[in-house]
Amino acid sequence: MSEPIIYMENVHKYFGHIHALRSVNLEVQKGEVVVILGPSGSGKSTLLRCINHLEVYNSGKIIVDGIPLKSAQNINAVRREVGMVFQSFNLFSHLTVTDNLTLAQRTVRKRDSKEAKEIAAKLLAKVGISDKAECYPGQLSGGQQQRVAIARALAMNPKIMLFDEPTSALDPEMIKEVLDVMLALAKEGMTMIVVSHEMGFARAAASRCIFMDEGQIIEQGTPDKLFSSPSHERTKIFLSKVLQL
Amino acid sequence: MPFRGFFSNLRGAISRRSTDTEEPLPNQEELNRVPGAELSSRLDPWWWLVVAVAFVIVLLLVLKSDPYWNILLFVRDGLAITVLLTVVSFVFIVVLGLLGGLGRIAKNPVIHLIATLYVEIVRGVPLLVQLIWWYFAAPVVIQAIGRLLHISAIANYQSNAILLAIIGLVICYGAYMSEIFRAGIQSIHQGQMEAARSLGMTYMQSMRYVILPQALRVVLPPVGNEFIMLLKDTSLVSVVAVADLTRRGREFMATHFNPIEVWTLIALLYLIMTLFSARLISWMEKRRRFER
Repeated sequence: MSEPIIYMENVHKYFGHIHALRSVNLEVQKGEVVVILGPSGSGKSTLLRCINHLEVYNSGKIIVDGIPLKSAQNINAVRREVGMVFQSFNLFSHLTVTDNLTLAQRTVRKRDSKEAKEIAAKLLAKVGISDKAECYPGQLSGGQQQRVAIARALAMNPKIMLFDEPTSALDPEMIKEVLDVMLALAKEGMTMIVVSHEMGFARAAASRCIFMDEGQIIEQGTPDKLFSSPSHERTKIFLSKVLQL
Repeated sequence: MPFRGFFSNLRGAISRRSTDTEEPLPNQEELNRVPGAELSSRLDPWWWLVVAVAFVIVLLLVLKSDPYWNILLFVRDGLAITVLLTVVSFVFIVVLGLLGGLGRIAKNPVIHLIATLYVEIVRGVPLLVQLIWWYFAAPVVIQAIGRLLHISAIANYQSNAILLAIIGLVICYGAYMSEIFRAGIQSIHQGQMEAARSLGMTYMQSMRYVILPQALRVVLPPVGNEFIMLLKDTSLVSVVAVADLTRRGREFMATHFNPIEVWTLIALLYLIMTLFSARLISWMEKRRRFER
């Protein structure tokens, strides 16, 4: 095994009295697709948000792509390499779709406007919404907005993509169009960490599933193994509830 | 460019009436769907109030030119001072308010403390008292400091009434404006900042390109409100030796003893300026409206 692209060691996180992450250890290799499962409040999103330092962890060690998350400079360097997709899309509502994709390219990657626009157009074609390039986010459906959000993150050429419940805010018929984009991305070899309850996606794309509860990683393994023969009682209870649907 | 909007509003009103009977406007439906070009934003009936007040003023000036025309000639330099005070102060107020608002939400405890102290202290003292302090007390303080430091330029400081009035207005209104900007920035969903930061943008870049442009749309109505209040509150500077519209009115009355005419005209002049400003602000609000 080579050097992991994400390395977390003994990470603790508190929200006031709440112990949100309890000694989390996690290694992710390049090209892995990791799906994190668990009941709400189990610390899945917190874990994800610690990786690009949207949440400040209280103790432990996180190294992303060889860069330890410490100084402000390092944090910005890590954020350039890590794309993030949010549950509520968080597109910049005052900018057109194209400007959403080019803003960070111009301000962070220092690309000129023409180059940034070319990259934006290519990515919009890839996620299948070229015809909405000049629309504002408010004019798009949820599924379209989330695909734009994925394209916006990809425009920065990230090495890692984080997905924080990307389909939870979507109507059922729009979930597939977003998952298809994510599946294609996984096939291309993108390193992905996905917090999601989409079991179909986990089966089809995940190289590893992680089950979390009460701020701890309870168990992990390939999706087949975890879903068919979970070893922990809590995992069994959770899966029996989720898989019933 | 505000006049273009004004006249196209009027034109819209007129042309709509004339075409009603002939042929239906073919693009009405489509136009209504264009953001910012809805029927409601092209026709603003309140412009007629501005026209009506302007008409009353002109009527008075023409039909009773003695004393109204004479009053206007006498107070016109005061009118210019009032406009100047308002516009110049407002520019600095917006800048100070932006800095104050950013300071109020800053994580740095020192910056936060300074901004909060500023807002709390300045908000608690009446504007009139502040203006009087700046005019009568501040020059003495400055001269004392100059003597203390043995710098004759500062020790012999001669106060400039207009400058001190602008300082007083800016510092007082800057505090209110800080709170408006703070609320505007905080009204933007936190996810916007997180998305910008997750793309690698710095805090300042995120503010500049993502948060402030959206906050601006939110704060435009209260900022416009402050502008109109400022325009009226400049009348307070008449007590600190600034020859603004109000003070010139008092001077005219002192020699001619016709309070009804003087204060009616002055009131109408303030009214036409505030009504006109209100229309401009409302027009700007509509222009900035876009799909969310």
